[in-house]
Amino acid sequence: MSDIATDIVKVPAHADVRPPRTAALARLAAPWIALAVVFALLPLIFRSGSSLTMLSLMGIMIVFALSYNMLLGETGLLSFGHAVYYGLGGFLAVHFMNTVIYDRLPVPLFLIPIVGAFSGLVFGIIFGSVSTRRAGTAFAMISLGLGELVASSSLILRSFFGGEEGVSTNRTKLLHVFGLNFGPQIQVYYLIAAWCLVCMVAMYALRRTPFGRICNAVRENPERAQFVGYNPQAVRFIAFALAGLFAGIAGALAAINFELVNSSAVGAAQSGIVLLAAYIGGVGAFIGPVIGAIVVTWLEVMLSDITDVWQLYFGLLFIGVVMFAPNGIAGLLTMHVPLLQARTYRPLGRLALSYLIALMPALAMLAGVIAVIEMTYHRSVKASDGATISLFHLTLDTTSVTPWLAAIVLAAGGFLVFRRTWPIVGAAWHDAVLAAQAAEKRR
Amino acid sequence: MIAPAIELVDVHKSFGAMKIIHGVSLAVPAGERHAIIGPNGAGKSTLFNLISGRFTPSLGTVRLNGENVTGLPPYQINRRGLSRSFQVTNIFPRLSVWENVRCAVLWSLGYKYSFWRGIDGLADVRKRTESILDEIKLLDRRRVQAGVLTYAEQRALEIGITIAGNAGIILLDEPSAGMSTAETEGAVALIRKVSQGRTLIMIEHDMGVVFDLADRISVLVYGQIIASDIPAKIKQDAAVQTAYLGTAA
Repeated sequence: MSDIATDIVKVPAHADVRPPRTAALARLAAPWIALAVVFALLPLIFRSGSSLTMLSLMGIMIVFALSYNMLLGETGLLSFGHAVYYGLGGFLAVHFMNTVIYDRLPVPLFLIPIVGAFSGLVFGIIFGSVSTRRAGTAFAMISLGLGELVASSSLILRSFFGGEEGVSTNRTKLLHVFGLNFGPQIQVYYLIAAWCLVCMVAMYALRRTPFGRICNAVRENPERAQFVGYNPQAVRFIAFALAGLFAGIAGALAAINFELVNSSAVGAAQSGIVLLAAYIGGVGAFIGPVIGAIVVTWLEVMLSDITDVWQLYFGLLFIGVVMFAPNGIAGLLTMHVPLLQARTYRPLGRLALSYLIALMPALAMLAGVIAVIEMTYHRSVKASDGATISLFHLTLDTTSVTPWLAAIVLAAGGFLVFRRTWPIVGAAWHDAVLAAQAAEKRR
Repeated sequence: MIAPAIELVDVHKSFGAMKIIHGVSLAVPAGERHAIIGPNGAGKSTLFNLISGRFTPSLGTVRLNGENVTGLPPYQINRRGLSRSFQVTNIFPRLSVWENVRCAVLWSLGYKYSFWRGIDGLADVRKRTESILDEIKLLDRRRVQAGVLTYAEQRALEIGITIAGNAGIILLDEPSAGMSTAETEGAVALIRKVSQGRTLIMIEHDMGVVFDLADRISVLVYGQIIASDIPAKIKQDAAVQTAYLGTAA
């Protein structure tokens, strides 16, 4: 739904009556300037070292997820090996940094992502020339194969990939300009934020070019695209190479951030996480992968802190999104935009209330499921640590029946009640849509 | 002598052991409105697929304005000035009507795979898209997602996409199929207008439309052209009578 909404908005209402150039330019630039201000101010709000690290990771992931969506969302290419271009970008960046340090070359750190971009582009061209000959399932399989190929060679070609410990560098030893040594995380954050902004603008602009539009046409109907003069293979190839370029930038930023790149950067898990981020955020809208990158990074950092089985929750979230919100978080949000624009507050209020009603049993169900998962994990892996675990500020004895029973009742009962709230939400949604349509007509 | 817009020389097509087209030769001079008629399963759509590059002939030659285009992919043939529509509506369903036509305009205006300039600032693209939408009477439906248009509107969009690239040769595959009488009248008027100054080949079952529009008619039966002449002669042709128009006469 979401991409339809955005596509419709893009058509100028009076296509031949255009505002003056400067006004149009200002309107185009305004959101980006606002974003730049947000990026600049964020570290003033989130001051701690760990939140700075988290923000840096989010910036990297935004670039990576957006580059992935050039394939999945824009061109309809499902890749299982996008980390190849991220990881190779990172490795070449790290080697280049070490060369710069060793030979004392006059290269400042903030230009290193260009090395990543170039590497990603070159490998995108090389591997893309093979994989983009086909679309659909064949493309997905080839991308998986190429991913495995690079991941396995990373353990064989030790001189380049550095074996299991990877290749490390020291970002502070490059040429210092403006007195920046990039030792403190705050300086690295601003470096990442600046590159993130540049990449976001570039990828957004790319969608609004003849090529960007033809990517959508090829996604929708590659055969018809051939009969209006376009070679779908060529379109896929260019999209793939450009996606590689931006993935390479993300990889180089990660190399700068961690001062280390190892074989996991090109691995299947990294390819998986970017798919999750793009999909959970929503592949149909530009903002989707951005939201997804933020959510996934936050969950990754936060969940891995509080539970060992965080990947399980991740999987559950992914399944939930695929089943119930195929357009991702962005899709859920954009669904509501026309309702908000109609300003029919009474039905909107009832809709919000119905969400609250549905949320209560959903949370109960979630708590029950979490308790079952955590207690099971504790019993099967960590039983030697003692019988009790601490969950939701409660101490649960995993050997007694009561907490198990309570958890199961909570999960099953929560689900049953949750099911019964769906018609309420459905009816409230229906009313809100009708009210919005009526308001639209009155105008 | 000027080469015909389309020239087929002894074209054959088989799928495995199944022979669909058995040696079709046909020349359509530039500027002609040519209709291909024939019973279901005669191979009319296959013939279109062979001309437009969707299929490669098993044997024989296809020439476009004198140039041999046999075996070229569809986009190469399209770039040489041939555009086609489809019997089963073949549009970009989740793009807006505006985007559908705009995508079809881009290559012919020379924008190709350009990823370095904004599309909304291209005045020629905008003007051409607007004029096409105006022509197919979908200008006020331009923001609608193409997949939710009515059937007749989708057929009009199908023609819009086909003519958007300003191709000199237009192939229309059953443009009036499934339309009501009123809708068919609209379609005929549209086809008459858009085929002005172009070469048109169309497959059509509605004889009213055929005799109304065509300068010449070819009758395809079991993969062979049994007659190719002006409408008046086709009406009287005994072979056509028996094979297609009904044996009563």
